[in-house]
Amino acid sequence: MKKTLATTVPAALIALGLASVASAEIKIGASVSATGPAAFLGDPEAKTLEMLVEEINAKGGINGEKIELVLYDDGGDPNKARTFATRLIENDEVQAIIGGSTTGTSMSILSVAEDAEIPFISLAGAIDIVQPVKPYTFKTPHTDRMACQKIFEDMQKRGIETIGMISGTDGFGASMQAQCKDVAGEYGIKIAADETYDPKDADMTAQLTKIRNTEGVQAVLNPGFGQGPAIVTRNYRQLGIELPLYQSHGVASDGFIELAGKDAVEGVRLPGTALLVADLLAEDDPQKPVVMAYKTAYEERHNEPVSTFGGYAHDGFALLVDALTRAGSAEPEAIRDALEATSALVGTTGVYTMSAEDHLGLDLSAFRMLEVKGGTWSLVE
Amino acid sequence: MPRLSAKSATLLVLAALVVVSPLFFPSGYYYRVGALIFVNGLAVTGIVILTGYAGQISLGHAGFAGIGGYACALAPVHLGLPPALAAVLGVLISGALAYLVGRPILRLKGYYLAVATLGFGILVSMVLNNERQLTGGPDGIIVPDLGLRGLLKDWGLNISNGEFWYFFCGIALLIGAWIALNLRQSPTGRALRALHGSEIAAQTVGIDVARLKLQAFVISAVYASVAGSLLALQNKFITPDVAGFMHSIEMVTMAVLGGAGSVLGAILGAGVLTLLPQVLTVFAEFEQLVLGLVMMLMMIFLREGLLPSLLRKLRGRDE
Repeated sequence: MKKTLATTVPAALIALGLASVASAEIKIGASVSATGPAAFLGDPEAKTLEMLVEEINAKGGINGEKIELVLYDDGGDPNKARTFATRLIENDEVQAIIGGSTTGTSMSILSVAEDAEIPFISLAGAIDIVQPVKPYTFKTPHTDRMACQKIFEDMQKRGIETIGMISGTDGFGASMQAQCKDVAGEYGIKIAADETYDPKDADMTAQLTKIRNTEGVQAVLNPGFGQGPAIVTRNYRQLGIELPLYQSHGVASDGFIELAGKDAVEGVRLPGTALLVADLLAEDDPQKPVVMAYKTAYEERHNEPVSTFGGYAHDGFALLVDALTRAGSAEPEAIRDALEATSALVGTTGVYTMSAEDHLGLDLSAFRMLEVKGGTWSLVE
Repeated sequence: MPRLSAKSATLLVLAALVVVSPLFFPSGYYYRVGALIFVNGLAVTGIVILTGYAGQISLGHAGFAGIGGYACALAPVHLGLPPALAAVLGVLISGALAYLVGRPILRLKGYYLAVATLGFGILVSMVLNNERQLTGGPDGIIVPDLGLRGLLKDWGLNISNGEFWYFFCGIALLIGAWIALNLRQSPTGRALRALHGSEIAAQTVGIDVARLKLQAFVISAVYASVAGSLLALQNKFITPDVAGFMHSIEMVTMAVLGGAGSVLGAILGAGVLTLLPQVLTVFAEFEQLVLGLVMMLMMIFLREGLLPSLLRKLRGRDE
């Protein structure tokens, strides 16, 4: 008995070892902010990546090779993100990296990835990540600038020319505020009032009153994130302002409607992704099957509503799988070339077509203009 | 057998660790972790001077690290300084600010310094977050390359980025530790430790308590500033996190955990707290929980700090 045990255990161990070596030939690394202040971004991203890797391995992997995911939680700290990126590349020897939930962590990871010539797909918003284009860095989320453009396009259609802005001073709000002011001229829109609030403020009536009293204002735009925009929306109704109110993609979630209250939020417009209105999409919409498949799988597995941020991770992984399939090799160089040649890949955020000059590959059609009607989202045609 | 002085022994142990450890590194990633330990160790050595020697507590030292870091990001762009001189500028600004903040506060006894530095740290962090035009705001800003590695390459010494920063930070830590250990044995150091024991007694024997406390505070601010600069130059990117309140707390925790009274102990604390999050990734979502537990257990069972407690245990066995 003793003898059999002594011989079977090592044999089993060797078999296990061999098996794991043989079946995990594509190693993908990820560093996301699953905890800390950016957990609302990183948590759905981590869950999405784990789910998708399991799904694809259950289907037999890519070109017959299984995928192994090495996932780290950088807690939103760029210094840690850099360490984990180094660890993924030098120690875990991954062939590609997905991650960087925030702009700071993405900028840290990309400099390591570029040095080591490992493809990196960022999940953060800032345009600086892919502009100027860096050979190995790609990203999936649309930029703040595109959100501004989408909003201004809609304003143009409604004949709005003069607006007031009220922005949060957090990273998201401040970045979008700057981008909107920068791009407003192209759409012939004049920003007559430009107010800000601290994300922790509990009342924005003073700023809103100032905007209301500014002559000529036809609509109000609120770039912001978290509870700030919900308070702005409530104060807006309390002051009885009748002008159209635009929110940003930062609050494109059901949570925003709940937080601001169904009555206050009626008629608010914002740019969001197809994921948020999956059920409302036309049957022939190219994004419908992708969005529904992800939404159903995610909500079934995690029992929580799907979020735009998880969608970014979904698209990052889809881009990588598509590139690996086409490249037919897991060499970083080949993956990079294939990523750059991505054409008409349908994701949850939009349809990606990359080129040597464009490592984001989305256009304005990625955003849908949404309006709250009867306490729920609806598409603006 | 001739006995080594505590100072030489500490420096020898440190130098040996810096030089010998790479022999056991299986991959380049370990150089990165090593470099981080050295940078944190340098900042914590400053805390030893302030807290361990002089008995004062600062809750805003990350503010000085932030100044050092952002000096390296901003001075080369706006003032045209080379990054190395930018770090020196950071040191000057940090030292001057520490002097201004410390001068009125350190005349008082008690916890005033902790409260004042708490405010100072938050102030620096707010400026870095909100002055978007200058600092890039919460998204951070790119830091220019130090350029020294390129120079070394020209001289025929071609080492990887990770190796370069490992040895560069290692040397910086050795110099920092050497200065701190010298200070400890100087009249100033003895006076500092005397006022740590009892300010009234120290005053009675003619020690200018306020001036000495201020000196210790300024010196430790300079340490934090240099550490911030090294971190920024190494990462080539910096965000306001470096000046955040959590980073201040982290520094104090490292010093206390390792043993705030001794340089080697504090560096050991920095090493443990830098390594733990890397080791604990195996616990996935329980990582934070285990980290907290480990720290609690250390503080319960090794109350004087890691190194002093362990040394005492070892000695106890000898006797």
